[in-house]
Amino acid sequence: MKYYKPATFEEAVALVAGAEGVTRILAGGTDVLVQMRSDIITPDTLIDIKAIPGTHEITRTKDGGWRLGVAVTGAEMSEHPELGRDWPGVVEAMDLIGSTQVQGRATPVGNLCNGSPAADSVPAMIAAGAAVTVTGPEGSREIPVEQIPVGPGKTSLAKGEIITALTLPPRGAQGGDAYLRFIPRTEMDIAVVGCAVNLRLNGDVITEARMVLGAVAPTAVVVHAAADALVGRTLDEDALTALSDLAEASCNPIDDKRGTIKFRTHTAGVLARRAAKIAYSRAKGATA
Amino acid sequence: MSKTHVTTKVNGDEVEFLCDPRETLLDVLRDRLHLTGAKEGCGTGDCGACSVTVDGRLVCSCLMLGVEAEGKEIGTVEGIAEGETLHPLQQKFIEYAALQCGICTPGILVATKALLEKNPDPTESEVRYWLAGNLCRCTGYDKIIRAVMDTAAEMREAS
Repeated sequence: MKYYKPATFEEAVALVAGAEGVTRILAGGTDVLVQMRSDIITPDTLIDIKAIPGTHEITRTKDGGWRLGVAVTGAEMSEHPELGRDWPGVVEAMDLIGSTQVQGRATPVGNLCNGSPAADSVPAMIAAGAAVTVTGPEGSREIPVEQIPVGPGKTSLAKGEIITALTLPPRGAQGGDAYLRFIPRTEMDIAVVGCAVNLRLNGDVITEARMVLGAVAPTAVVVHAAADALVGRTLDEDALTALSDLAEASCNPIDDKRGTIKFRTHTAGVLARRAAKIAYSRAKGATA
Repeated sequence: MSKTHVTTKVNGDEVEFLCDPRETLLDVLRDRLHLTGAKEGCGTGDCGACSVTVDGRLVCSCLMLGVEAEGKEIGTVEGIAEGETLHPLQQKFIEYAALQCGICTPGILVATKALLEKNPDPTESEVRYWLAGNLCRCTGYDKIIRAVMDTAAEMREAS
């Protein structure tokens, strides 16, 4: 295995594009190193992007959104004084992953590129309308996070392409997001079901709504009909029931040791209700 | 396989080593630098027995490559005591018998020292969440938590 530590993204892209065999990008390494150890992957080329300037920075964009470098860790996101005020759902989703030790290294972009259907940060990023900058030999383009995963362990990135930044849109007024997941214990487990909800209100009335489910299909599921069910109304019992029904109907889960199809489907509905209530109260100014 | 030359600091001392890029920081610490305090429990970041700090940040040394240590400051359990004088956490762990087989203890000491530096007055819940990634199969955790809470209280009084 060859190990490279490029100083620029141009250099990194050239390395990725020119590499033969199996190539992996190393940011936090909390998935890559586990996969190497268990012989799931044996990279011929490992490209450590952490020496590239800016990859550790969380910065406000000109339009009031956020730009996260690709090596920004969960711990850095949780410790940031302002990011979690704008996007508490994204920060809490990332924070649910692994232990304190894992938080010190794991990155949301790594979580995305690993392609797990159960990745906690991914539904939250999609609900928030996050985008990634994809850079390849032909240049850079910005694409929504939801277009990256295409199946378990698979992304839409072409050979020679890497993700070079993550952006979150401006939070704007009266918005709130939330992420909940179900695991059978308190910490240190992989989502059986995850659910992210992002709302915007005008007074008590919902004007924008996005719901995304995790771990109930080969990729995160954007429940587009959630907007139709919620926009123009308050989050009353009927709205919650409609949302819960939509969540259940959007599930296409597997049966495995962590949860049956029936259990996952039911839980998706329960989490949809609960996450929507939290997002709604945050949109109304709650800070918890 | 060509080896990479790495310069880093371990417990304040500058060290150099040559390592294969596939070697983890844990392999390097144990096999090249002969610091065997950090233990390999699982090798996959689940058990925390290999916990060290890197630039003050708690990480699993099994989930980091040795080559990534270039220019960093590594802290291991060997650097916790000052000479013959044990760190208050080490003293309390003995006093409370907060260990049995001892395999998890170096990782738990490194982890709790990092916690108390960040938060000198943690609640019991905060200690338990912080240590969720440090598995102990002997103690049932209760003595560990009590030792940490008592150390924190004593260190607050002393400061």
